[in-house]
Amino acid sequence: MITLHHPFTEAAVRALRAGEAVRVSGRVCTGRDRLHKHLAEGGACPADLRDGALFHCGPVVVPRSPDPAQPPDGRGGWRVVAAGPTTSVREEPYMARVIERFGVRVVIGKGGMGAATRAACARFGCVYLQAVGGAAALIAQRVTRVAQVHFLEEFGATEALWELDVEGLEAVVGIDAAGRSLYDEVRDASAARLRHLLESI
Amino acid sequence: MDWTDTLAELIRRTTSDLPADAEAALRRAADVESPGSQAALILGALAENTVLARRQSTPLCQDTGTLTFFWDVPPGTDTAALEQAARRAVALATRNGWLRRNTIDALTGRSVDSNVADGCPVCHFEQRSEVRGQRSGAGGQGAGIEVWLLQKGGGSENMSRQFSLPDEALGAGRDLEGVRRCLLHAVWQAQGFGCAPGVLGVCIGADRAEGFLTAKRQLLRPLDDAAPEPELAALERRVLEEANALGIGPMGMGGVTTLLGVKIAARTRLPASYFVTVAYLCWACRRRGLRVPADGPLQWLN
Repeated sequence: MITLHHPFTEAAVRALRAGEAVRVSGRVCTGRDRLHKHLAEGGACPADLRDGALFHCGPVVVPRSPDPAQPPDGRGGWRVVAAGPTTSVREEPYMARVIERFGVRVVIGKGGMGAATRAACARFGCVYLQAVGGAAALIAQRVTRVAQVHFLEEFGATEALWELDVEGLEAVVGIDAAGRSLYDEVRDASAARLRHLLESI
Repeated sequence: MDWTDTLAELIRRTTSDLPADAEAALRRAADVESPGSQAALILGALAENTVLARRQSTPLCQDTGTLTFFWDVPPGTDTAALEQAARRAVALATRNGWLRRNTIDALTGRSVDSNVADGCPVCHFEQRSEVRGQRSGAGGQGAGIEVWLLQKGGGSENMSRQFSLPDEALGAGRDLEGVRRCLLHAVWQAQGFGCAPGVLGVCIGADRAEGFLTAKRQLLRPLDDAAPEPELAALERRVLEEANALGIGPMGMGGVTTLLGVKIAARTRLPASYFVTVAYLCWACRRRGLRVPADGPLQWLN
C-alpha cells in the first residue's frame, strides 16, 4: 500500500499508476458543485489548495457543542459523522481550470472524470483517486479533525469547504498523471461486451 | 403511540442499518471477486462500512437521499396528521445527525437546513381495508397501518431513465426484447455514476409519472424474490445475468458484480405509448418498514 502525505509533491503524484491502492493522510479540503463553479469562475479560495487535495464530498457534520443548552452553531467545534465521495463528473466543466489555477495535486471522488481533467492531470501533475462510494461511515472514521470551514453561510453545510485532517483514507488511483484512466478502459471494454450481447438475441 | 418518535426511529434504522438481504448480497459479491483486486477492496470496504454504520447509528452514506414514505392506511385515517408526524420526524432525525442537510431551495440555491418543505419528505398514501403487505403483495394481514421508507441518493437518482419505445438507436421495439435492450443500456450508462453494484426497479407501461413511481416501488421488494409473472421473472433473471457479464463492477472500476437485483413490474398503457422506466438504486439499499396492526404491538419489517 502506497501512502501519500500532505503536502503532495509533484514527484510523488507522477509516480502513481492507475489501479494502485493508496492511503492519504494530512489535510484534505472538501468541495463540490458550488465551490467548483465559484473557483472556476475566478473566485478566491480561502483555503490553500497548492500541493493539496480536493475531495468531492458533502459530509454530514454535526456541531460538537460542549453545552447542550447552547445553540448548535459549531462554536464548540464540529464532528464528521459521514463523508463518502460524490459523483465527480459533475465538476468536469470546472476541474481542469481549478487544477491549473490552484495547483491541486490530488482530486478524490467517485466515478472518474472526463478528457479535460485527464489532460490537466497529465499537464500539471495531478492524480484522481477513487474513494469507496457510499462508504461514508468508514471514511468519517479516517477524519481526525475538522480544522476549519469556509462558505458555511453562503453554500450551506453540505456544499461548504471543510478543511479536514485525515489519517489513512483508502483510495484507488483511477486516473494517473501519465494519462491513463481506468474508467475509460472499463467503459470501452463493457461497450464491446454490450454490443456482443445485443447481437445475440 | 407517538408517530413522530416511531418514524424518527424508522429513519434511524433505514439510514444506518442496511437490510440483511442487501448485506448478504454484498458479501456474496465480495467472495467472487479475485482477492486483492480493486473490486474486492471496494466490496470489503462496503461490508466494513455497513457494520460500522449499524454499530454507531450513523448514515451508511452521506447522501441520505430523498425520503419517500409509502403508506397503507385503513379508510378514515387522518393522513394529514401522519404526514405532519413524518415532517417532524425528519426534522428530528436531521438534528440527530441521521440525515444530512440535504435539501436545496431550487430558486434561491439556499440550504433548507431542516430538510422539511412543501412535498418534502414525500408521502404516498393508499387506503386499504386490509394491510396488503407492500413488499410481497400478500394480503390477509388484518386492518392496520403499514409504512415503508425508501432513502434514495442523488447519484443513483441521476441515473434513473425513461425510454419510449420503439427506440431506433437502441434497436428496441415494443416487446420484452426491447425492454431487455433498454435495461442493459441503462446499466451501461450508469457505470461510474450510480455506485454499483446496484438494483434496477423497472416499470413497463403506465404513463410517464406513474412509470417512475411504480419503478421506484419495486425497489422495496426483497432482493431474492421474483416477479409473479413467469415471463417477467425470466426477464429479471436474464438481465441480472447479462448485466453482470459486462465487467463494469463495483464503482465502475471493473469486476464481476455490477447488479444485485432486477425487479420488474408491468402496468397497462395507452395504445400510443410504451414506456420502460428504470429506477436505479445504488448498493445502499436503504428500505425499512413497520406495521401497526389494529389490535397488536408495532412490528418492524425488513
